[in-house]
This record gives sequence, C-alpha cells and structure tokens, in this order.
Amino acid sequence: MSVAPDHSPTMARLTLSERLSVYAPVLLIIAIIILGFLAIPSNSSWLTLTVSGLAMGMMIFIIASGMTLVFGLMDVINFGHGAFVSVGAFVGVSLILALQHLSGSPSLAMNLVALFIAIIGAMGATAVMGWAFEKVIVKPVYGHHLKQILVTMGGLIVVEQLIIVFWGPEEIYLMRPAALQGSITFLGAALEKYRLVAVAIGLIVFLGMRYVLRRTKIGLIVRAGVENGEMVEALGYRLRIVFIGVFLAGSALAGLGGVLWGLYQEVVTAHIGNDTMILVFIVVIIGGLGSVEGCFIGALMVGLLQNYVAFLEPKVALISNIGLMVAILMWRPMGMIPVVKAK
Amino acid sequence: MVDNILTLSGVKTNIAQYHILQGVDLEVPRGEVTMLLGRNGVGKTTTLRTIIGHWRAHEGSVMFDGEDITQMPTPAIARLGVGFVPEDMGIFSDLTVQENMTLAAVSGPIDSARLDWLFSVFPALGTFWAKDAGTLSGGQKQMLSIARAMVEERKLYLIDEPTKGLAPAIISTMARALRDLKNQGASILLVEQNFSVAKALGDSANVMEDGRMSWSGTMAQLAADLELQERLMGLSMESH
Repeated sequence: MSVAPDHSPTMARLTLSERLSVYAPVLLIIAIIILGFLAIPSNSSWLTLTVSGLAMGMMIFIIASGMTLVFGLMDVINFGHGAFVSVGAFVGVSLILALQHLSGSPSLAMNLVALFIAIIGAMGATAVMGWAFEKVIVKPVYGHHLKQILVTMGGLIVVEQLIIVFWGPEEIYLMRPAALQGSITFLGAALEKYRLVAVAIGLIVFLGMRYVLRRTKIGLIVRAGVENGEMVEALGYRLRIVFIGVFLAGSALAGLGGVLWGLYQEVVTAHIGNDTMILVFIVVIIGGLGSVEGCFIGALMVGLLQNYVAFLEPKVALISNIGLMVAILMWRPMGMIPVVKAK
Repeated sequence: MVDNILTLSGVKTNIAQYHILQGVDLEVPRGEVTMLLGRNGVGKTTTLRTIIGHWRAHEGSVMFDGEDITQMPTPAIARLGVGFVPEDMGIFSDLTVQENMTLAAVSGPIDSARLDWLFSVFPALGTFWAKDAGTLSGGQKQMLSIARAMVEERKLYLIDEPTKGLAPAIISTMARALRDLKNQGASILLVEQNFSVAKALGDSANVMEDGRMSWSGTMAQLAADLELQERLMGLSMESH
C-alpha cells in the first residue's frame, strides 16, 4: 500500500502472456478437448466421450457450487455436503418411482414433468434440511476448521444412517423416464439423451447463478462478502442472514445434483453423496475456494479428463483427477481463479 | 451543554489477551470534525473498530445519537447512520467501482444529485466507473472508499487515515473532499497522521497514548503549541 501508485493504464502494462493468463482456465478446457480429439482414434467416440464428460462435469458443478460459496462466504468447510446429495437422490428417485404413470409414459413432455416434480421435491427437501443442518451443526462451530470437519462429517454419517432407516439398506435401481432412455445419433456418434439433458440443466444453473451473482444486489453482497465480510457488515448488511440463504441454496443445488446423479447411475445408495465428494473436493480446490466460475471450469475439466482417460487407459482414470489437481496447484497454488481475500 | 453525536465513556477493548483500549473517553460534537491523533499502535484504529462494532468493548459504553450501541451488531450500527472508512480501505476488488457504490447505497438506488456531487469531488470515480476496483491505484481506491461511505448521507463518518501512503497531489483532493463533507454539516471522527491535514480540517483534537486519551482540546490549541505536540505525539519540526 505504501508503494507509489502506478497510473499507467492496466492493459498497457501487461505482456501478451499476462493478458492470456486471465483466460488460461478456459483455454485449458479447450486444450483438454483438443488433446482428447488427437488421442482418441475414432471421432465419434471422441464426441460421445466429450458429451458424457461435459454431463458429468455439469453434475459435479451443480453439487460443488454451493460448497465453494459456503466456504468463501463464511470460511466453513462442510464435509457433510454429500448428505444433501444423498437425500436429494433418494427423494427424487422416490418421486420418480411414485410418478410411474408420468415417468413411464413415452411422451417426453410427461417425462419432463415427472423429472421436474422430482427435482422440485428433492430441492425443497434438501433446502429445509440445509436450514436445519446450518442451525444445528454448522453454526456452533463458526471459525473452527477442525471442529467443522469433525462435526459435519458426523452429520453426514447420521444422515446416511437415517436414509437407511427410512428407505432400507438396499440399493434402489430405477429406470430413467422413458423418453430420456437411449441415445440419439449425431455425426455418427451415439449421444445419450439423458446426458444432453444433464448438460442443459447444468448450463441453466450456471447461467442462472452467474446472473444472480452479477446482476442482483444479493449477488453483489455475496461476492463482496466472499472478499471482505467485515466490510459488508460495516455497510449495514447482515451477513449471517445472507449466509443462511446461500447455505440453503447450496443444499438445494446439492439435492438437484443428487437427483441428476442418481438418474445418471440408475442406482442409488445411501453413500451416493459421499462417493461424489472426492470429485467435488478436487473441483472446489482446483477452481479456487469460493469461486463459482473456477468451480465450473474445474468441474468440466475433471469430467472431460475422467472420461477421456477412462477410455484410453482405464487403469489411469482413478489417478488422473488427482494428477490434474497436483498439476494445477503447482501452477496456481490458490486454484485456477483465486478469490481475493481481504483478511 | 455541547451536543455530542458520539460519546465514549471508559471504553475498554481486549483483542485476544491484549488490553488495547484501557478506558477511552471521547466526545464527538455534532457537525464538527473531531481528530483522533497519537503515535502508531496507541489504539486509534481499535477505537474506530470498537465504535462500528468489529471489536466489542467489554467495559464502558458507546452512545451514538442518544442510543447505546455498545453491544449492537455492526450492521445495525451502520444502519443508524454511521459511515466507516477502514484503514485498509475495505474495497471490494472483485467488484467494479459502480458495484462498490451500489452496494454502499443501502437504502436503495444511488441518488443522482449526490452522485454528481461525488463525481465532481472525485473525478476518477467517473473515469473508472465500469472498471474492477482491484485495478485502481492506491489513491483511487482511497477515494472510492471515502466516496462509498458518502454515497448516502450519514450522521457520522469514521475515517481511518485517509491520506496514508498517498502522493501530495491526491492528499489535497482528499482534504478538499473532507472539507466539502464538513461544510455540509456532517460529523466526522478522523484518524490522521498527516499533521498539516489534521490542522486544516480539525475542530477539536484528541490525542491517545497507550489505550487512553492523554489530551483533549481544540485543534487550534494543539496546532499552536509545538511543545505540546512534541510531548504528546513525538512530532519533530520536520513534520510541519
């Protein structure tokens, strides 16, 4: 701060590589897609894998976005985030099974209505659950990371056991709604319809979130709060209320992710949420804790890489994402889009 | 009796195990500029942070405009009409200048006449309106921070070292802005290390030492007495 201010225009001071580095995360996704294209011998397989990688990335993004904001805003690490995914999946799947006449009908419109009801039900349930989770489990441990990890993980275990109490210990198998089964052929590549729907929903969520964060006052408060919560309070906004809202929305999104993930796998277990958490953590970390854009880009990278590598070298698939995380953290230790922290 | 907008009586504030404020008494008369002076580390910033509620006084009371705000949460204090410009400026660097200002206008859209006035005081604001605040220079950030506090009329402004680390040309812009604000009848509690700025703006002066008020009087009195300055603040002749 004591350095004399530099008054020359920002752009003039930057070299080409510095200017490019702003777009580097986006360019990395394109690079991965191009590398995949070069490495995968058949173009139609490449297209199929790209779409499933994007679908997987979108679902991970939906789950991870709430977690990254919760961390950014209140410095809360929620290891129990997976619980909302599991509950969302079970509520959603139960609704789809209950709405057999809609989801089993060959009409796409009917199917979408069933899917919509399942999503709304799951999001409503997980939002209420998120509200209770925040009050009972998270609030008492503000500011204590170790306690947060322990107690939220404990919350996750309790919720998983409660799922077994209500739904039983067996896995639930289900069929996707009739019109969302199977695939369409595009340029010789088989594209699963459901994955296209998942990509569409993911894009809608991302654009919606971007709109709220960039164009509304609530969004301004959230973005400012991630950087400097104390100052937001000094302006007169009650950050705690905003945080509860974000936690609730993040839980609801995790519930939506749970429904999508459950339908994607066509089987749900109580551990479905916890199983996604490793990927979610990787995405949140490489994106930059607290950054929604970083989370989105990270999720797409993880989804694409996982699918490409699993096709080329199945044994390497498991470590490819960890490898990606190591590489990105060596390049940018705070994640791809680091969030400015005032403290 | 003098009409005080803010009165601190016997305020003690601890940060961790440190007793930073050890019984601060301070009066800020309405419509005046009250200077809070003293060496580094005597508790000036902690005093401001205690008033806005970032730190809690564990003893003593803070009365603002007839209300006891000692234990009030920060947002509630702010909404009573207290504008705060922290030492680190508290700029949201991920937000544009416009977004910083919009956020500061708590009660609704920014009043356009007021915005015009702010643009005339701080022309840089208009120039960089759509830019990310993080790309501004140090002086521009400081102007934004003060303009942000001024975007709506407040009863009291708490301003922490607005000229710290700034070039002389910018310091005079800053001083002019604060004088404008004062002429509009605002009450200001100002922490300032630059003595000539303090001398030009201040009505009354309060000097702190080791978490207490060691001297209070008029700014003119302090400015005229070099020996007093030397004793209270260790100011030497070069700082004039």
